[in-house]
Amino acid sequence: MGQTIAEKILSKHADRPVKPGELIISNIDVVMVQDGTGPLAVNEFKKMGKGKLFNPERTILFIDHAAPSPRKELSNSHTVLRDFAKEYGAVLSEVGEGVCHQRLIESFVNPGEVLLGADSHTCTSGALGAFATGVGSTDIAVVMALGKTWLKVPSTYKIVLEGEFEKGVYAKDLILYLIGLIGADGATYKALEFTGSAVKNMTMSDRFTISNMAVEAGAKAGLFETDEKTREYLKQHGRENKFVEIKADDDAEYERVININLSDLKPMISLPHTVDNTKTIDEMPKVEVNQVYIGTCTNGRIEDLRIAAEILKNKKVKEGVRLLVAPASRQVFLQALEEGLITTLVNSGAAIVTSGCGACVGVHAGILGDGEVCLSSQNRNFQGRMGNTEGFIYLSSPATCAYSAIKGYIADVREVL
Amino acid sequence: MSILKGKAFKFGDNISTDHIAPGRLFHLRSNLPELAKHVLEDADPEFASKMSKGDFVVGGNNFGLGSSREHAPQIIKIAGVGAVLAKSFARIFYRNAINIGLLLIECDTDKINAGDELEVNIKEGYVYNKTQDIKLPFPPLPDVMIKLLNEGGLIEHIKKHGDFDLV
Ligand code: SF4
Repeated sequence: MGQTIAEKILSKHADRPVKPGELIISNIDVVMVQDGTGPLAVNEFKKMGKGKLFNPERTILFIDHAAPSPRKELSNSHTVLRDFAKEYGAVLSEVGEGVCHQRLIESFVNPGEVLLGADSHTCTSGALGAFATGVGSTDIAVVMALGKTWLKVPSTYKIVLEGEFEKGVYAKDLILYLIGLIGADGATYKALEFTGSAVKNMTMSDRFTISNMAVEAGAKAGLFETDEKTREYLKQHGRENKFVEIKADDDAEYERVININLSDLKPMISLPHTVDNTKTIDEMPKVEVNQVYIGTCTNGRIEDLRIAAEILKNKKVKEGVRLLVAPASRQVFLQALEEGLITTLVNSGAAIVTSGCGACVGVHAGILGDGEVCLSSQNRNFQGRMGNTEGFIYLSSPATCAYSAIKGYIADVREVL
Repeated sequence: MSILKGKAFKFGDNISTDHIAPGRLFHLRSNLPELAKHVLEDADPEFASKMSKGDFVVGGNNFGLGSSREHAPQIIKIAGVGAVLAKSFARIFYRNAINIGLLLIECDTDKINAGDELEVNIKEGYVYNKTQDIKLPFPPLPDVMIKLLNEGGLIEHIKKHGDFDLV
């Protein structure tokens, strides 16, 4: 019987053919924590008394969630990670280097590998054909020490994508649509595998956005097969030699198949306070915004900033609205500077925030006031997410964000494209 | 510990890790006993002050969705909650809870009201709602979970066996 992408990768890492539902011990290639989950992992690691890391060069600690630190307690947590990296020889990604998931795809993860991260959006790397999933700090502590973990092999939903996006519709709209369709727990314990003729035309950036949000449907992983686009991406990031072909067998078995024609899609909005609470822009009432946020591991890439800058060029952000932009990584930031995008954005009235998680996690750099509304390109709109339970978060594509910042309310970007 | 007794504190569907351990209290993550004083604060601001040791958190569907922060199940455990009962759990939360030794029970929580007195019989696999005099069965816990719970969580398991001894 054929295998899905998840089954193939996990078979390789368990050294035997695996089937959905089975409990396996899987070898792990890359392991990571961030500053919110890392100190606890370090603590648990030390409790085990193993004394050294299994694979220090591929144990990565990111300082991104509260970077730069807004409080002394967090500064002290950062010190814990810096000291640990130094003592055990792990890799440290410092303040300003960027959001963990963006840094992982840029520099650390390769097709066919298994990545375990103490962050739920670890699934982002699935777009590179890697089995990447989020777990908690204790799991990570054990992986750091032993280089392996226990996993239940997920069954797979095949998401078949055909057709082309209409103007103003992007990968973000597609994934919001899918989550609205199957629900925030619609794929719990499953792997999603994205395939179909439309995938070939998708940029890697599109694929990362889609894989990133797989977890918002409850999925364990969001996977793409590898192709020339994957190879090109790896080449641009100095590791073309890491390319391998990852592809499901033709006779692989899927628990469910969902067909989506991209040309049927419209710009989507996810309304407070759950991601699956979606509407098309046509169904939206007029919602005025106080803050617009463009960035994060979902949509803070150079492609996203290009789209936003194009829309905001020679325009001004509406009075009374603040537009925050956080390039997802230093690499993205530098590229945006080089292309003049930052000048365009700042001229329009945007405030640029340090590369990292910024306002997304509600720790600093854009906490909402009581009753305030934020439209964000991030992946989550839970109550309290942006630091205030009295705030309201709407999610959309960066294009919808940029245009809405000009209009002052959640607006239909197709009007200007 | 095969029968647990306590009172039900009822929550709705989709209780996220942001409800349980909000990002705005990020700085308290290095101080779990302090963070535990705020457990579930964004879903019920009075929960921590009203609950007694052994009481149950009762949710609806998809309890614990969202971030991978293990601080969420950790502070539920530290606060002294006997078990979390829900119709379903989000994947990472479930896994984290097993690893740290917090008991989770999947059952029909529609039949539990706020304040009901409950008895959880782990061995026989049912929740007895004393207030309403009904029995709510739940499927037996997975072997991995029983093993890890009995051994006091994943770290203790590894310390004891030196490696995984689950499969
Ligand atoms: S940008 Fe937001 S979603 Fe992404 S890792 Fe940071 S906090 Fe998490």
